[in-house]
Amino acid sequence: MAEKYGLLIDYEWCTGCHSCEMACKVELNLGEGHYGIKLFEDGPRKMPNGKWEYLYLPAPTSLCDLCAKRTEAGKLPTCVHHCQAACMSYGTVEELAAKAAGKPKTCIFVPC
Amino acid sequence: MKNELEGVNKDVYKTDWQWQEGEYTVTRTNMWTAPGCHNGCSVLYYTKDGQLEKIEGDPLSPYNQGRLCMRCLDYVETATHPDRLKYPLKRAGERGENKWERISWEEAYDIIVDEVRKIQKDFGPECIVSMQGTGRNICWQTPYLSYSAFGSPNFVLGFLSGDACYLPRTTIGHCFMGDFMVADTSQHLERRYDDPEYKLPEYILIVGNNPLISNGDGFFGHWIVDVMKEGTKLITLDPSCTWLASKSEHWLRVRPGTDAAVILAMLNVIINEDLYDHDFVQNWCYGFEELTERVQEYTPEKAAQIAWIEADEIRAAARAFASGNPSAIQWGLKVDQTVCGIPLAHGLLSMAAICGDIDVPGGCMIPRCAYDISDSYGCGLWNVSDDMMQKMLGVETSPLHALGFDPTANGDTVLEAIETGKPYPIKMLFIQSTNPIANMAADAPRVYRAMRSVPFNVVVDVFMTPTAIACADSVLPCGMSSERNSGRVWWWPLRSIVKVNEYYEAKSDEQIILELGKRLNPDLFPWKDDIELMTWWVQSGNRFHAGWPAKTDETFPELVEKVIDWPDDWAYKKYEKGMLRDDGEPGFNTNTGKCELYLTLFEAWGFDPLPYYEEPPESPISTPELMEEYPYVLTTGARTWEYFHSEERQVPRLRESHPDPLTDLHPDLAAEIGVVAGDWVWVENMRGKCKQRVRINPTLHPKVVRSEHGWWFPEREGAEPSLFGVFDSNINNLTVQGVTGPTLYGAPYANQICKVYPVTPENDGSMSAVITASVKGGN
Repeated sequence: MAEKYGLLIDYEWCTGCHSCEMACKVELNLGEGHYGIKLFEDGPRKMPNGKWEYLYLPAPTSLCDLCAKRTEAGKLPTCVHHCQAACMSYGTVEELAAKAAGKPKTCIFVPC
Repeated sequence: MKNELEGVNKDVYKTDWQWQEGEYTVTRTNMWTAPGCHNGCSVLYYTKDGQLEKIEGDPLSPYNQGRLCMRCLDYVETATHPDRLKYPLKRAGERGENKWERISWEEAYDIIVDEVRKIQKDFGPECIVSMQGTGRNICWQTPYLSYSAFGSPNFVLGFLSGDACYLPRTTIGHCFMGDFMVADTSQHLERRYDDPEYKLPEYILIVGNNPLISNGDGFFGHWIVDVMKEGTKLITLDPSCTWLASKSEHWLRVRPGTDAAVILAMLNVIINEDLYDHDFVQNWCYGFEELTERVQEYTPEKAAQIAWIEADEIRAAARAFASGNPSAIQWGLKVDQTVCGIPLAHGLLSMAAICGDIDVPGGCMIPRCAYDISDSYGCGLWNVSDDMMQKMLGVETSPLHALGFDPTANGDTVLEAIETGKPYPIKMLFIQSTNPIANMAADAPRVYRAMRSVPFNVVVDVFMTPTAIACADSVLPCGMSSERNSGRVWWWPLRSIVKVNEYYEAKSDEQIILELGKRLNPDLFPWKDDIELMTWWVQSGNRFHAGWPAKTDETFPELVEKVIDWPDDWAYKKYEKGMLRDDGEPGFNTNTGKCELYLTLFEAWGFDPLPYYEEPPESPISTPELMEEYPYVLTTGARTWEYFHSEERQVPRLRESHPDPLTDLHPDLAAEIGVVAGDWVWVENMRGKCKQRVRINPTLHPKVVRSEHGWWFPEREGAEPSLFGVFDSNINNLTVQGVTGPTLYGAPYANQICKVYPVTPENDGSMSAVITASVKGGN
């Protein structure tokens, strides 16, 4: 079986800049209301310790093909390439799992 | 984050400036406007048969390392938008009717040249005022045109009251130490975070901006995230809990407009608790005793009461900042947007200085443009005679303007001259890439009426704007970033901007000023084409004094091949090395050779030589009698990911992400006035009102309202009375023009008062219709 690839989001650092969403819409030429990756927001919400929870997490949709054409040409998926916070990685699930194991607030997606 | 350029696939991404990738020609260059922005990120353009088809961030650029924001990513959609201006236009109907006749460039230039010559002869060149907005690639071009082709000293920012963007900080920086300061996130080092000379800031104080979104003053905001990942901690002053504020060790939720009180109290703590850098104070600061005496008035308790925060929060923030070795300050626009913008900036410079953070790695570094390129509003000022300089509007009332600390005329004074004809009438406005009534002008309706009364106006822009429809007689289409040969140098490094495609008859601003300048004053426009002009610009530092930075004889074509040029003379602690002073001696470029905590120039001019706090002119403390009617404090101007000020509202993918103008309300305030998220509300004060949609923001003080700026609606009718709905949701219906600090710098854009109430069928209506009706028959 071929190796599975995915996206790792280090959501401790996702700033909610929407660059992944826009890069994807441009790459897949998506019109209004369609997304290959969608940004979700949690907060700002006051936690019991008085600090503010304010998190973002982009999640790939059914339209995500992990930028098959780009990766075939030796490029990164466009969301990973353009992420302003540099908090997204692309790799095999095995590689990403190893990264995630060493870092809190991480999340691995295997969209396809 | 480490410099990860080594990991980039070099088979795909090259260091050449141009190569072929299958059917595409790939051009490696840099982006800077249109669309507007304060950055200058490195991009790869993919063109085929002369058409730009794709854009990508350049992963081999140490500047942005491949990263791009939404606006650049969606560049092709903006650049190919069907509503873009394609040809020069001449007004065919009355002003406001949005009726135009297509003309040739020749005819357009002839019309302008005739008008300019008539005005020069009958009234004097000073009666021509040129203006631009912020963050478009016209920083030096419009000034050069004004000073060298029109012969007028009156170049201004588009009716920006109190020059309240950046200029208060640069001006006070020059009085304080002869230079500016910038938070050091290694952006002047080609190897970035890997450079052995670089040191991470232990703390960054963020004040007056949300840098992740605004990217102000040539600072790529996400550099802050880069250093946070490595351990840098944050102290943030902001009325709202931004993402950065939520990640800050100290978030001080200051009442809008009161930052200066908090900074003075932080100085109080740092001095009284003996947390400052004794060596730096002794060797490089002037006036420490006077500053010490001044800050005694500003106890943390007093400042806390003013700013609606706790005294202990101020103490903790001050101790943290002073403990940082180094600490950096990331300051932004809102520093300028109070009447005490100058003293606030003075306080921040003083804090950086007494804590020993000036020009150290990872601290508050002193930048100048690479190769000393003349990249700003003073470009070409040397072509204006001394006599003519005395006619610059604002010189009479402000010694800072008179002595050239800020080369622009003063926007408030220009507005008064238009309205009163004094000291002389204004006969022409040359409006290059600014849309003042949608964005920059405080009291937009007043500015609209004033612009309408000027006899001849030219607008140069990318799209037809409300400003153009309202007042232009000629409209010229300008090119976007990929359609121009130009350069970028907001500090360091120098970057090429290369033309890869054309759009109908649009021309670059460089071409426009050159072709117009050649017709008006060929001696001062000797260049054959835009390439020669840009070579002159790259070498323009050669005209200045011999000190740092080193000059260059590089040509524009050479820069194009280099793509990004890092001069080899960047250095820290330049004050120790004799690099800052005109005489080559060690020290700072001031009268005393030191950082002037006590400003000798201000003393001579009769201004307060020490930092101080002044309450906003309308506030719960200044105007308690108004608070029953207008019980809330209003701040404006927070940036959005999608838009640069008034731009891009017509771009489908960007508009989809942010369809409406938003006003943030605390849940208690929303409940009090009976609205929920998404409801339309009127935001109103003594001067006017506008309509925006509610967003609930639980992080605000319940008495603070936060409204967006820059909104107009390209999808609505362009002709009056609609005027693209420019006054319908315009927060500048509420702001004020002509109320500034004593130096003429700093204006209260972001600290107003207001009331908020629901829009109902009974009270609904268009403010554009009301305001445009007020000038009917006037022209």
